[in-house]
This record gives sequence, structure tokens and C-alpha cells, in this order.
Amino acid sequence: MSKHIIAVTVENLPGVLTRVTTLIRRRGYNIDSLAVGATEDPSVSRMTVVVEGDDIIIEQVTKQLYKLIDVIKVVDLTKEHLVERELVLIKVKADHNVRPDIVQIVDIFRARIVDIGRTSLIVEATGDKRKIDALEDAFRPFGILELVRTGKVAMVRGTGEDNRRK
Amino acid sequence: MKLKGADILMHCLQREGVEVVFGYPGGAVLPIYDALYDSPIKHILVRHEQGAVHAADGYARASGKVGVCLATSGPGATNLVTGIATANMDSVPLVCLTGQVASTLIGKDAFQEADITGISLPITKHGYQVQRTEDVERIIKEAFFVARTNRPGPVLVDLPKDVMAREIDFEANDAEVKIRSYRVMKGVNSGQIIAAAEAINKAQRPVIYAGGGVIASNAAEELRQMAEKCRIPVTTTLMGMGAFPGTSYLSLGMLGMHGTRYANYAIGECDVLIAVGVRFDDRVTGKLETFAPHARVIHIDIDAAEIGKNTAAHIPIVGEAREALQALLPRLKTQLELTEWHQIIAKWKDEFPLRYGSPSEGRIMPQHIVETIYDLTRGDAIITTEVGQNQMWAAQYYFYNEPRSFISSGGLGTMGYGFPAAIGAKLACPEKTVFDIAGDGSIQMNIQELGTAMQYKIPVIICILNNQYLGMVRQWQELFHQGRYSYTDMSHQPDFVKLAEAYGAVGMRVNRTEDVREALQEAMQVTDRPVIIDFWVEREAGVYPMVPPGESILNMLGGDLNE
Repeated sequence: MSKHIIAVTVENLPGVLTRVTTLIRRRGYNIDSLAVGATEDPSVSRMTVVVEGDDIIIEQVTKQLYKLIDVIKVVDLTKEHLVERELVLIKVKADHNVRPDIVQIVDIFRARIVDIGRTSLIVEATGDKRKIDALEDAFRPFGILELVRTGKVAMVRGTGEDNRRK
Repeated sequence: MKLKGADILMHCLQREGVEVVFGYPGGAVLPIYDALYDSPIKHILVRHEQGAVHAADGYARASGKVGVCLATSGPGATNLVTGIATANMDSVPLVCLTGQVASTLIGKDAFQEADITGISLPITKHGYQVQRTEDVERIIKEAFFVARTNRPGPVLVDLPKDVMAREIDFEANDAEVKIRSYRVMKGVNSGQIIAAAEAINKAQRPVIYAGGGVIASNAAEELRQMAEKCRIPVTTTLMGMGAFPGTSYLSLGMLGMHGTRYANYAIGECDVLIAVGVRFDDRVTGKLETFAPHARVIHIDIDAAEIGKNTAAHIPIVGEAREALQALLPRLKTQLELTEWHQIIAKWKDEFPLRYGSPSEGRIMPQHIVETIYDLTRGDAIITTEVGQNQMWAAQYYFYNEPRSFISSGGLGTMGYGFPAAIGAKLACPEKTVFDIAGDGSIQMNIQELGTAMQYKIPVIICILNNQYLGMVRQWQELFHQGRYSYTDMSHQPDFVKLAEAYGAVGMRVNRTEDVREALQEAMQVTDRPVIIDFWVEREAGVYPMVPPGESILNMLGGDLNE
């Protein structure tokens, strides 16, 4: 069992997200994360679904997704050279005495402080899953009040050379 | 031309060649019914929406055309759900039209509002809710196109009342349907065809395992040619009954849980398995690891997702069964060296024929009734079934020689399917005698459609194999639950003869073997109304042979002359 990143290009129509999630649930697959958004073509949306499963399960997910009428394309990106990113917002407890420590962590992770409250800060960061996980760990001792992650989005790197991971 | 949404809908249905719609009116579909009033399309008023969708399904299976049903919003639409799921499991092309509350009221929990597009999502091939009158034409066209192409299935179209009532300037657009994310499957991979032909030509113990896909793609003729050219034995699934002539010397009958011993043994011994239009359903395969363990598996299916879903195929061929078989045929050697294989099978057929015992006083063996129906019709009838023992006996003891002559809820196993499906089948094929082989439990689930059959003078013959039990469940309780018949005794039941007569139909009761033939002959003379024959059958007759659930299909109970 391993995590697979599947990019699903769909018609930008009402109900399509439900179709995709219903299918994945109905066939008993588990979604790790799901991110949806518009693309350069306003009639098309792109979903990035992270699903866990062995090769047989992923093949089935892909084929079943393809059967949905509104699905234009399904690509398992896992075997490709990728840029993958996730965005996180963390509201961390920040009394005056710990603020310098937090700012230091923000600098190290190349994150940004986007809101300053009296007793808390909101930190924004993007990166791959490992970076986000590490950032979360680093803030935990201070007290995380709220945290939200977008789920992963991914894109295959530019072509021109052999793109497949060996 | 100024037209209302509902008029455009009628125009579109006519253009699709729709002759009959099965439906039930209600508030939200009033504009549609108003348009139907002037339309040449025939409307059959059912007594329950479940009857409408099963009748449309029976019509579709018997004719090969798309079946159409119509229900109002809310409860009308939700009453379709079982029938939609039935059609979806068996890949039957349907367009299910549902009324919806006015678009301004959607989401407000309005009277008779139900989210039928949401509810039906996992049990349809596709679904639409029409938002604008301008979209009616395109969506109806797409709905029919999607329902009938590739692997067929039900498509739901939800029609808000105001969208149907609104008038727009309409000009018919006869352009072909184009959906960028949906392409009709064409052609097959020739490399795979060559590989399959090589495997078949080298086979010593080949078996063809044919299913509903053969019927759906009208490939029965190609299948027969292939089997006869190479002399390959053929077993069919329940959905595949009629895909290959049951009377052929090459026929092994049905396989699986209630298949013949010789079909299952042939699967167990075969070296090449040619699976055509099948999905390796658990009722067919039993324990997967022991299904065709020595075989190279060639799997032909139009649905790529079926390949490898339940079991891996050595030579997968994605494509229409008919196209694939046409491509295969010229590459196959005539008459393979199969004498030894045929001898083995002949021995199994001698040793393990389908058989049954004799009845007690005042009872009939149910199998005998099915055999007599075959005898009287010479197989030239359409048989629909309910679900349970009646369904299995109908599959085992009747020879289906033509596709679309056996109509049954295979995948979902919907009790109450057979009678409304028979009504639909009779409307599709008025020249055929149509029997619904029923159980006393199942028939009570949609018995109200007697009213429909009376109103439209539809002569279908309902043969109730009445054992006063939910017989199949009782059989499992007998075998696997120490005979603890928990709530399967249905001995309190209506007098089916009087019930038929109350509707104005013909009712008969038969409880002696010697009267079976005459009663059936009499029923076949009736041309203007349905007939119920209440056959009192041996109460604890079982369906055998049988593979216990989850076991290898080689481990069969019953049907062994040496037992």
C-alpha cells in the first residue's frame, strides 16, 4: 500500500465533485486529501486526489473514474517527476516572550506571518507534505490553536527529457 | 417556433424513436403530462412507479431499445430507485425522467422535493438536472446517447416544473451528440486478438464463458459461429441465458452457484477460458482462487474497469463483444482437436444431469412446471422471472435459444421485478407469449400491476410456483442455519385466483401434476388480459446443485446420481 497522487481533469459543472467523491467512497477507497480548483480553461476543473492503495486498487480507481461521463482525464502522477505543494495556515499561541522564537521558525521554514493578534499569530506556509509536517511539529510546543491544510496539488515538471522516474 | 419545455421534451423523445413511456403523474410533472396528452407517444399508466421502471427495463431488454419511464418529484422519483439500481447492475439502457419542484424552490424542502439526482448518483450511468429550458434538447439527446452506447445503463434526467412550463423560441438541432469526455468505443487491439487466437488454437480443453455483454452487443450470432467452428463448449451466466442456444450439443447450461455440475467441472478443468461480456461475479466464480485454476483467461469486455476488477486476465481485450468476436473468427482454426475433451464432458453430462424428485400428494414439482412451459412453447416465448428459487428453476429447466428471451434481475436480485418486466416485454414483442415465472413472495411485491395489465389488455401469464415460503431463503436456512426457518414461512397469503378475478384477470389453481399442461395451454389461449396460475408446488423443494457461498464451484451439493 502506498499513497498515489491522481490528477483528475473534469468538466466544470455542478455535481462533478460529488460524483468523484461518491465513486471513491462507494468502491471503498480512502481519500487522503482532495483539492479542487479552476484551470487555465474555465470550463475545466482539476482535482488532485491522494488515495492510498496498491497498484491493483489504484488501477481500479483510475478506470472507474474514467467511466464517469464528466471526467475528461485521469493521470496517476505518482510515477512522474513532480512539483507538489500544499498550503497551510496555522494559528499559533504567541505570548510576547515566545514571539521571537516563532519568528525564527517562520524564517527557517520560509513561511510568512499573515496576521498578528494579541495572543496569537497566523502563519502561512507552502511546501511539500514533509515540510508542512515539520512546520507543524515545530509549532506544536507553543500550542496550535487552529490549523488548516489545503491538501496536496501537484504538477508534472516541464517536458523535454525523460520524465518518468526510473 | 415557440415551444414549452415539455413540448420540446416530447419532440426529443419522438426523435429518439420512443414509442412507449411508462409513468405515473403528479404535481411536478403536470406540464409534461399536458404535453403527453397531444403526443403520439403511448403512455402506460402503472400502479406504482417501481412498476414503471421495471416495465421500461423489461421493454428495453426484450427490444434492445432504450426504455423510458416517467415519475413525479419526491416520492414518485424515490419509488424508481430500486428499478434504477436493477437496471444499473444489469447494464440496461434506460432514460428515467423525473419531475422536480420549480427551480426557485429547489433546496427549500418544498412539497414533494427530493434530491433524486443526488440519491441516484451511485446507481446510474449518468444523471442530469436540467437548469434551463434551452438545455432540454441537448440533455435529452445526450441522455439517450449515453444510455445506449458503450456499456449501457440507466440515465436519470431531473426536470424542474418551471423549466418544463417555460416557453422559448425553439429550433430543432439535429447535430450528432458530442461529449468531449465520452467516446464511443470502436475497434479492438489487434495484437490482443492475435494473442487470443493463438491461445485458443493451441487449447485442448477450452471453454467459453458468455454473459449479458454478448446479448447487449448483439453478438450471439458471432458467438455461435465461433463455438461451432472450433467446437468449443459454452456455458452462460444467468444474464447470458439465450446468448448461446441452450439446445446445442455444445451448451453446458448455466455455471456458478446453481449451475450444472458439468459446467462447473469444465471450468475447473479448462486450459483456456474465453470470457465474453462477463464480470466474474461472485455468484459465478465462488471462491475466486479455485475458479478456472488451470486456464489462460481471455477476457473480452467493453468496460475496461471490468478487466482485472475481480480476477486478473492473461489476455484482456477491451471492446465490444461483437467486434472482438468478428476479429477473432477468421483467425481461429476449424474444429480443434477436442475429441478427448468432449468425451470427458459427455461423461459428466451422463453422470450429473439436472434432476429432481417426485412431489407429495396435492403438490407439483416446480421444475416440472418450467419444463412443461418449455415443452409447450418450444422455447419460443419470453420468460421473465422474479428472484429466488423461481428464477433459478427458470434458468435451469428451460432451454433459451434466442437472445432476449430470458429477462431477469441478475445483479441486484430484485424481487417484484418479473411481472412489470413481463408487461414491458409483451409491449415490446406483442407476437411473443410472455410468462413471468414467479414465487408467492415475489409476486406480492408488485401485484398491483394487474391493474395496468388489465387497463391495457396485456396478456402475460404469471406462473406462481407457490410453496408458501420465501423459498430460497428457507433453503439457505435449511442448509446453513440448522433448519431454523426464521420468518420465511409465508403461508398466510391471498387467494391468488380470487385476487386475479377481483382485477378482472383470469385466475387458476393447479395442484396436480397431470393438470399442469392443460392449465398452461388454457392460459396461452387468453389474449386480452393477464392470467395468474397458482401452482401449488412441493413446499420444501430445493434448487440443486448448489455451491455453498464462498466455496469453490467444484464443491457442489446435490445433483449427483451416486449420492
